[in-house]
Amino acid sequence: MLYREAGQFKSSYTADMAVFPILQDRIGLGIVLFIAVVIIPYFGSSFLIQAIMIPFLIFSLASIGLNLLTGYTGLLSLGTGAFMGVGAYACYKLTTYFPGVNIIVWILASGFFSAAVGVVFGLPSLRIKGFYLAVATLAAQFFLSWCFIRQPWFYNYNTSGAIEVPTRALFGIPVTGATSSFTTRYFVVLGIVIVMTWLASNLVHGRIGRMWMAVRDMDLAAELIGIRLLQTKLLAFAISSFYSGVAGALLVFMWYGSAEPSVFDVNLSFFILFMVIIGGLGSLTGSFFGAALIFILPIVLRYIPPKLGIPIQSATVDHIQYMVIGALIVIFLIAEPAGLARLWQIGKQKLRVWPFPY
Amino acid sequence: MRAPDGPDVMAGEVLLSVANVSLSFGGVKAISGVSFDIRKGEIRAIIGPNGAGKTSMLNVINGFYQPQEGVITFKGKARAKMRPHDAADGGIARTFQNVALFRGMTALDNIMAGRTLKMHKNLFWQLLRHGPAMVEEVEHRHRVEEIIDFLKIQEIRRTPVARLPYGLQKRVELGRALAMEPDLLLLDEPMAGMNIEEKEDMSRFILDVNEHYGTTIALIEHDMGVVMDLSDRVVVLDHGIKIADGTPAEVMKNQAVIDAYLGVAH
Amino acid sequence: MDILYKAFIDPFMQMGAAPDLFVQTLWDGLVAGVLYSLIALGFVLIFKASGVFNFAQGIMVVFAALTLVGLHEKGVPAYLALAITIGIMFLLAVGVEKLMLRPLVNQPDIILFMATFGLTYFLIGFGELIFGGDPKVMIATQLGLPRGAIDFKFAGGFVSLQKIDIAATIIASIMVASLAIFFQKTRIGRALRAVADSHKAALSVGISLEQIWVIVWFAAGLVALATGIMWGARSEVSFALEIIALKALPVLILGGFTSIPGAIAGGVIIGVGEKIGEFYWGPLLGSGIETWLAYVIALVFLLFRPQGLFGEKIIERI
Repeated sequence: MLYREAGQFKSSYTADMAVFPILQDRIGLGIVLFIAVVIIPYFGSSFLIQAIMIPFLIFSLASIGLNLLTGYTGLLSLGTGAFMGVGAYACYKLTTYFPGVNIIVWILASGFFSAAVGVVFGLPSLRIKGFYLAVATLAAQFFLSWCFIRQPWFYNYNTSGAIEVPTRALFGIPVTGATSSFTTRYFVVLGIVIVMTWLASNLVHGRIGRMWMAVRDMDLAAELIGIRLLQTKLLAFAISSFYSGVAGALLVFMWYGSAEPSVFDVNLSFFILFMVIIGGLGSLTGSFFGAALIFILPIVLRYIPPKLGIPIQSATVDHIQYMVIGALIVIFLIAEPAGLARLWQIGKQKLRVWPFPY
Repeated sequence: MRAPDGPDVMAGEVLLSVANVSLSFGGVKAISGVSFDIRKGEIRAIIGPNGAGKTSMLNVINGFYQPQEGVITFKGKARAKMRPHDAADGGIARTFQNVALFRGMTALDNIMAGRTLKMHKNLFWQLLRHGPAMVEEVEHRHRVEEIIDFLKIQEIRRTPVARLPYGLQKRVELGRALAMEPDLLLLDEPMAGMNIEEKEDMSRFILDVNEHYGTTIALIEHDMGVVMDLSDRVVVLDHGIKIADGTPAEVMKNQAVIDAYLGVAH
Repeated sequence: MDILYKAFIDPFMQMGAAPDLFVQTLWDGLVAGVLYSLIALGFVLIFKASGVFNFAQGIMVVFAALTLVGLHEKGVPAYLALAITIGIMFLLAVGVEKLMLRPLVNQPDIILFMATFGLTYFLIGFGELIFGGDPKVMIATQLGLPRGAIDFKFAGGFVSLQKIDIAATIIASIMVASLAIFFQKTRIGRALRAVADSHKAALSVGISLEQIWVIVWFAAGLVALATGIMWGARSEVSFALEIIALKALPVLILGGFTSIPGAIAGGVIIGVGEKIGEFYWGPLLGSGIETWLAYVIALVFLLFRPQGLFGEKIIERI
């Protein structure tokens, strides 16, 4: 009874085409936003905000980026980690050269750098597809990783080879660096994630989203209705890499505080891909679910057993984490290839017809 | 035969002409030296036994295959090498023998995708999905709803096409092609695998499209009854060669056509 | 001008000036290439018979080696450990077929591909949980593999061939030859080829897909074990080898997914290409280019010949 669309009539196509056409969904979204914007910052512990919410939101953003490419356009990429790296290093170089400019401007601007790099490595996608393209994106991954390690210009010739986030203030409040408060950083991350999710949602519900999905579902037919494959695929690469780049910059500037090149290795690419698979290919909501599961699972594994009095070594946790993630992926692909997003849909459908089974 | 009140296609202006087209795949000839034309406003059938090169012909016309020899003139312009999306730009739409819908999308989105070429609002407005982009989206939604009404598929708007039965998928595919508002519509076996009622419905849609919108149609069909009822003129291919061309009645009497269909040794 | 000289003339001058070093690099590349080929070979076996792009093949190499060494560390004699490892690879094949392939039959290729990602992670976690994550030393001598090196006098210098490398090359050749005979001459081999052509057609003439899958995954497991022993003997055994295992992917791109000769040729080209590239051009770019050169070679190759070295031109139909 609580979740029904009966009686909610649409009198215009604009209303019918809304992203959340059902009133209860809009209320639900409002509640989630209220919790994220008000409840968590005022009542959340520093652990919750710093160690869970900030990275969770950043990984969600990266998943959305990869989902636009892999889930919506059907182009499998194993180079997300490197594209995130491009964002982080671009942001680092920009703020080194122009320390006076608002750091949030640079975080967003760094997305353009990774978009450009993404387009270059997306060029082969016209001629190659599927697994072949996945290998092509691995070329991007390993080449860029090598640049971050071997080309000292990227890390300002630091002896450590790592990038250190400098303190940058906005209206007198430090936003990045050791002196910034976690609440400030949380708000910055949350704001960027909300806006970029909204933009992505707009995009996939309109003409460009349909073009991407058409290319994903049947590229030859897409071409025959007038879609230019190369432009469409490159646009997907550009926008996807933009999201990855911003997520990478946020990862270093808002969470880690400093980063070794190994942060952006091929394992990060796999990690984000798993979030997309488990969350659901072609679902933005799913990207959040996937990020939550893959990111929060290890934390649970790490903190719960000691609380229950079970001694567990951190190395063992890592091993179990790998096993569980691996098994979960296989289980999800078997049970629900459309991921958590589909389970969510099924749940809502059940609620819609409740108390009847169908 | 068609109703006499249709356009006078016997003397109409030529929309597309195919002159001496040959196509081969690594030595295997699919089409050899075929010429014919399609006049504005007519329904032109391409028939022939299996492997006659009918689908290859459509693929040549909409740029999916490049012929090794021959000239194709569309709207008075002889064309050089081109890609399928150029054909779409020029106003050629197409349906497929094995339904080629976007399986992960709803019927509505499939048909909306057919409007892609007519929508121009840029990335900036698309990102906001307000203002001009929304105005454009609503405007095209109106056109698409007209097509949905025309094809009587209102109930399945929101259904992912992969879940639809075959007959309805064919209809959605026709809808997607119509959404392009083409000058020339190529239909590859629009009634394959349908029962008699579905065939009647589909025939009605094809005639209505031709009469209401004045769309020129070229179709491949195996059901001779359908071909006789629908088409103004018929071209017959066999083993990649044109063996007859004319009105349905003329073609039916042609000895070469009878031989090809009855399987006389060559 | 200086950069052009360094890029296009100097490396060749160096090759000419020290031919012994050049031959040594060539040999090192060849051996690395043979091992890449072996990983690719296991992959081709599975792809041919089940159409699965098995991302986990590289990890199966490490997993097999780790199991072997780990068992020996726990006090199992070398040859018994080898036998048990073979048994475990068989159980793995059965497990993969029962728990992963069968429930996923008829799913799109990309879903199966992603499932092998899951398998990869599972094997890494499982292997490390049981045998620990520290690098281990391969029990090469205990298994009767030769140690030491043979030095040749060549062009005023020395070329040194490790005995283990020679053994690896020989074993690889024997394995490839026996697999070729297996495919061409035996009943199961013919059934395998039938399955590769069409699953449905094979089923309709009474070939059991389940059996075939277990057999190919087991065969791929054995190839992985042999590769793991060779590789482990040259360096240490740990999941850090994962990065090297990923090198099989560009090899496959070059060779095509279904061609055994392609896998071998591709492996050698990549192995030799990256060693020569690293040795002569690496210093120019800042060394370590080995990590990405293989992928870039594959990428450039893809743009000109998307179907691989031995693949046929693909005609797209609609």
